Amino acid sequence: MLSDITIGQFFPGKSVVHRMDPRMKLILIVAFIVVLFVVRNAFSFLLLTLCLGIIFAIAKIPGKAIWRGVKPILPLILFTAILNIFFVDGNTLVSFWIFRITDAGLKTAALMAIRIVLLIVGSSLLTYTTSPIALTDAIERLFKPLKVIHFPVHEMAMMMTIALRFIPTLLEETDKIMSAQKARGADLETGGILKRAKALIPILIPLFVSAFRRAEELALAMECRCYRGGEGRTRMKQLHLSTLDWISGSIVALVFVIAIIMNLFLPGTL
Amino acid sequence: MDKLIQFQHVSFEYTGDEEGKASVPVLHHVDLAIRQGEFVAVLGHNGSGKSTLAKHINAILRPTDGVVYVEGIDTSDDEMVFEIRQRVGMVFQNPDNQLVATVVEEDVAFGLENLGIAPAEIRRRVDGALHDVGMYDFREHAPHQLSGGQKQRVAIAGIIAMNPKCIVLDEPTAMLDPRGRQEVLKTIRRLNQEHGTTVVFITHFMDEAVSADRVIVVDDGKILMDSTPQEVFRHVEKLKAVGLDVPQVTELAYKLRKNGIPISDDILTVPDFVQAFQKIMEA
Repeated sequence: MLSDITIGQFFPGKSVVHRMDPRMKLILIVAFIVVLFVVRNAFSFLLLTLCLGIIFAIAKIPGKAIWRGVKPILPLILFTAILNIFFVDGNTLVSFWIFRITDAGLKTAALMAIRIVLLIVGSSLLTYTTSPIALTDAIERLFKPLKVIHFPVHEMAMMMTIALRFIPTLLEETDKIMSAQKARGADLETGGILKRAKALIPILIPLFVSAFRRAEELALAMECRCYRGGEGRTRMKQLHLSTLDWISGSIVALVFVIAIIMNLFLPGTL
Repeated sequence: MDKLIQFQHVSFEYTGDEEGKASVPVLHHVDLAIRQGEFVAVLGHNGSGKSTLAKHINAILRPTDGVVYVEGIDTSDDEMVFEIRQRVGMVFQNPDNQLVATVVEEDVAFGLENLGIAPAEIRRRVDGALHDVGMYDFREHAPHQLSGGQKQRVAIAGIIAMNPKCIVLDEPTAMLDPRGRQEVLKTIRRLNQEHGTTVVFITHFMDEAVSADRVIVVDDGKILMDSTPQEVFRHVEKLKAVGLDVPQVTELAYKLRKNGIPISDDILTVPDFVQAFQKIMEA
């Protein structure tokens, strides 16, 4: 049923990767993405892939999960690869009719494919090992300086928390409404796309009405618990960077530096 | 300060809009005083004004006329709203719509975080509150993994962590199954007895009102009766006239009495009845 859906893709665990400060993980992932788009060397990519593989192994994320993350973007990879193969100028290797395949085209295609795959796999590492709540926390704290330019950091984080909190509640409700409408003879399973989309209306309307009612009650309950925005608010759970974070952060940073150095001095540029 | 909460001649009406819609009067000149440590049950059928009455205690609503004092603070004072809400916590009917956080312990911490309390102190009070409602073992669960009764206990923990003088519960058991109702009732009763927390318990389940120190019956925005449960439930006909019931055993005793069996008229629980009935049988 609908309520079986887990929120996000989090794999609970107690590994070093799980226990790292979410802020450190977030920063490392951003750095990873930057490195990914700076380097063009095959050996650098090999090193980054190896590094990712080791971290996945430490976090004990099943290989199936990695595959599940990559699968939906395969068409995209294929599409960009084909475009690159046929439309990048260079020394012609093969040609037929109006198409010609060049060496530069093949290289660019490989480069883009590797980058996209590593990008997806790398960022899924973050969501696999960090609970959505921890991620929200990390975002709130990392973006705190933006308050200076009046960016509503706390409000954004609060919205994310409430959204996460209510996803299962609203899913359950959707289930109930669907059953109720089916009991009244609603047909949700047959017909073309248009007919099925229309059939969703009697489900969406009650769902929206109830969501607004919930929002109103929740706002009242929050006010009753003295909520008045982020001003003067403290947090029970403090994030602190432990030795573990500094050590693992340094190791990963070192790998990134080596990848960039390899890119500068080793042959094999893609 | 003996009188924790005091209503003086309180009237309230929902004001109508400009287009000539009449305003709806809900409360009419209510006078009421609740002492520290009391367990007060408020009874009334739907639309009697019992919820409106409750919402005046923590300044969600302010009287159109008259004054409400909480520990001597006037609830109409805008500056003091959060002072009042620290003293009076409120638990609502739907447990789903009052939990904010995605983890039980974080939700209990929510109110304390709003007050700007130091993290270590929050931790201590959250753990204490979770122990008090018997939900400590569930502190790392997500709310949607809990039953209705458990969710409601978490909501109560979120309130008592703020150390209020008084908890107002607005039909907290209305959406629960019998087991959830029992859990919640037991928790509230224990808080009242062990911590001396004043409890204002709004309900339309008569058997829940039986264990209160005092029962207030609200009808049509007025206080109809205000006394001990024994005294209130003696007036079976008067209660029925305003759309309320009496506990089942009380009703049974009432019917027996009407049929000429001299059973006493202050029976509220099954053991009470058994005892009284045995006496009659022996006589």
